Amino acid sequence: MEQLLQQVVAGLATGAIYATMALAVVMVYQAIDHLNFAQGELATFSTFLAWQMIEWGWSYWAAFALTVAISFVIGVAIDRVLFRPVRNAPILSQLVAFIALFSILNSSDGEIWNFTIKSFPSPFGTKPLFGSGLISTHQAGMVAVTLVMLALLYVFFRGSRLGLAMRAAAANPEAARLVGIRVGWMIALGWGLSTAIGAVAGILIAPVVFLDPNMMLGVLLYGFAGAVLGGLSSPGGAVLGGFAVGIIENLAGTFIPFVGQELKLTVALIVIVAVLMVRPAGIFGRVGVSRV
Amino acid sequence: MMLEVRGLCAFYGQSQALHGLGFGLAEGGIVTLLGANGAGKTTTLRALCGMVRMTGEIHFDGKPITGRATEDIVRLGIAHVPEARGTFVRMTVEENLRLGAMTRRDHSAIAADIDEVYSIFPRLRERRKQQAGTLSGGEQQMLAVGRGLMLRPRLMLLDEPSFGLAPLIVAELFGILRRLNRERQVAMLIVEQNAALALDLADEAYLLETGRIVMAGPAPEIAKDEAVRRSYLGY
Amino acid sequence: MPEREAITLDAAAVPSEADVARPLSLWLDRRRLLIGAAVIAGLVAPLVVANFTIFQLTMVMIYGLAILGLNLLTGFNGQFSLGHSAFYGIGAYTAAILMSGSADLPYYWTLPCAGAVCFIVGIAIGLPALRLQGLYLALATFALAVALPQLLKSHLLEEMTGGVQGIVIDKPDPPAGLPINADQWLYYFTLAVLLVMFAAAAGLVRSRTGRAIMAIRDHPIAAAAMGINTARYKTLTFGVSALYTGIAGALGAIVVQFVAPDSFNFLLSVNFLVGLIVGGISSIPGSLFGGVFVLFVPNIAEKVSTGLSGAVYGVILLLLIFLMPSGAAGFVRRAAAWLARLRRASNSELPIGRSTR
Repeated sequence: MEQLLQQVVAGLATGAIYATMALAVVMVYQAIDHLNFAQGELATFSTFLAWQMIEWGWSYWAAFALTVAISFVIGVAIDRVLFRPVRNAPILSQLVAFIALFSILNSSDGEIWNFTIKSFPSPFGTKPLFGSGLISTHQAGMVAVTLVMLALLYVFFRGSRLGLAMRAAAANPEAARLVGIRVGWMIALGWGLSTAIGAVAGILIAPVVFLDPNMMLGVLLYGFAGAVLGGLSSPGGAVLGGFAVGIIENLAGTFIPFVGQELKLTVALIVIVAVLMVRPAGIFGRVGVSRV
Repeated sequence: MMLEVRGLCAFYGQSQALHGLGFGLAEGGIVTLLGANGAGKTTTLRALCGMVRMTGEIHFDGKPITGRATEDIVRLGIAHVPEARGTFVRMTVEENLRLGAMTRRDHSAIAADIDEVYSIFPRLRERRKQQAGTLSGGEQQMLAVGRGLMLRPRLMLLDEPSFGLAPLIVAELFGILRRLNRERQVAMLIVEQNAALALDLADEAYLLETGRIVMAGPAPEIAKDEAVRRSYLGY
Repeated sequence: MPEREAITLDAAAVPSEADVARPLSLWLDRRRLLIGAAVIAGLVAPLVVANFTIFQLTMVMIYGLAILGLNLLTGFNGQFSLGHSAFYGIGAYTAAILMSGSADLPYYWTLPCAGAVCFIVGIAIGLPALRLQGLYLALATFALAVALPQLLKSHLLEEMTGGVQGIVIDKPDPPAGLPINADQWLYYFTLAVLLVMFAAAAGLVRSRTGRAIMAIRDHPIAAAAMGINTARYKTLTFGVSALYTGIAGALGAIVVQFVAPDSFNFLLSVNFLVGLIVGGISSIPGSLFGGVFVLFVPNIAEKVSTGLSGAVYGVILLLLIFLMPSGAAGFVRRAAAWLARLRRASNSELPIGRSTR
């Protein structure tokens, strides 16, 4: 029983990483109505920027703030320059644009900063939380920051005019234009927000998994899985999904004998697929009724 | 003349849907565009809002608006209530109305306007927190008109407002439209297949056939015309 | 006989049968000529190039076949798959296991076996896939792609699969008496398989079944309303698609002479998808162009800059997508249509331009 609790909490800790990523994934999904496959690479790039600033001697929080701001701008720019021209192309062609972006970023990261693993500082310290062995202060900090971001986003989207406009632009672009919303800019804004959140995710994750160009590959996967599990239309669901994936992965690895390290990811994905069979829109996703 | 259209041609890809339309709408007036399916009525409204490729001249308040983006045309005070209503189905009724006021800066007045829309359409007040997609067809139409009103428009473009609605609801809706026109001087350009209703409400009527205006004149005269009565009014 | 008024037509305004038929038939013949020329070039190529190039050309055909498999499912039936690396891998391992070890099957028998195994696996995946759409299907197939290398490496199957080290296969000899080397023989063998399977796919697409499959892609609800058993067709398409890619995998194993778990990861799936899109979705010849792309472009990128090869690859991809949003096949189609219109306009006095409705 004690071991179960231990593993659940450990799963929560890793789940915090996935949850943050899942949140970023859902953010851009709400804005552009499909997944941003280059999200992880963008986050890695942002984390490298922050690392570089810290190397140059800047304070952690200054680097953090500036990186988040720059990431926002980069996200907007990528949308306007790269994705706006292909917005009317078939969806699979847009997918190729994502793949291209992924490839460019991954390769550039490696070239600029090389592939040696780097350590990244944590603002929360790495001592065990309250002296117990369950969770470290940094991991608790991650969970806290994720929840705070979620709360801020909730307030933004439900309570502010701009948030309402963004939701409308994603839900029904043509109708949104008819009420005067500049849909193109709303999409760009969604990209910017998503890249900024991804930057926060990367900066928080790096102390745990260490920084290298391929840092986000696995994490993004788990992030997608968590987002889909929770429901792509629900930011809260995505966060919960991310936590759930962390727990499932950990429990499967520990308690199911033949799984071990190799098949952990497979099991997590199988669980998700199984859930989707039962609830195709994710646990908290709202099922869209399509009228024929 | 609030709205003047001359030589309007519209294209979907390679095919031409409108061939040189011309008509006008006076300040506070109601004009109706009649015609069968495929005549080009919806296309006309979409062309006015910059939603289809077009050539020709459109002047609103004496200024040309051709080539401008839909979002900018809306900001001039033109509210378009589209076919299929354009409801934001996952958002609440109240959020839909707030969206109608998206371009306005006078925040304090918006709340008061929402209240007014509720007084015009009491059924919407009952359902203000409900998801708009769960409303009936008639209620969604009212919501669409209400959302259009939130713009405080000078001109409303209505695309088949009677479509799919029960006769009683339609009568109610058209009564409301008449009131809005008289009390607030909202000009209206109404596209309708239900000719009788539209001719009863409008001042002027234009008859479209395959992208061309084949008849034009004051609504009462068009209503009395033999050919129109046979083809469109059924008697 | 009643009197009939002579009807005079403005001869220049109405194209005669001959005018319309002539450029059309010319174009059709041109297409057959092109295909014929390509086949002849394909037959001659291995006799005039170096062994390594023969190997590359063989791999192009194999990738083209694998992409055609994906095309049948995603391009023609609209079911999104990120898991075709798994079918390729299963086909490859089936061939490797049957050729090494106790079974010691001749290489040509491994192809139908790989096809059959993958067909069954495809159906097994296709059945639950009926419940999933779009993104969710992508995720599920992605799970499949991720799972396979891990399964292949795991202790459960290590005995059969050789674990992380994989399996080595002997290169098959050309049949006795033919004056060609092993590489050339494998090339011709692959070419034969390719031609048969491409022709079969073309036949399938043109048949009633093919139309049903495409109808399901375009309007699934309408298709069902017309009495098409969408579940059956979608599942069968999954199976056939897996079969194609599985046979390609088996060929790949034979030609490369080696299978290892990590060569069949999801990056391969992504490669297939990119090849499909660049070649042109729902274009059968486009799949072959996709194979060319998948094999050669990463190499080119590497040559341009070793450190930034990924970035160069990405830039090339972007250029292709901007210039040819519908893939190579779409580009060729549009160019051909434009040329045909020009020719028709110069033959008769017909103006090019909008049709009047």
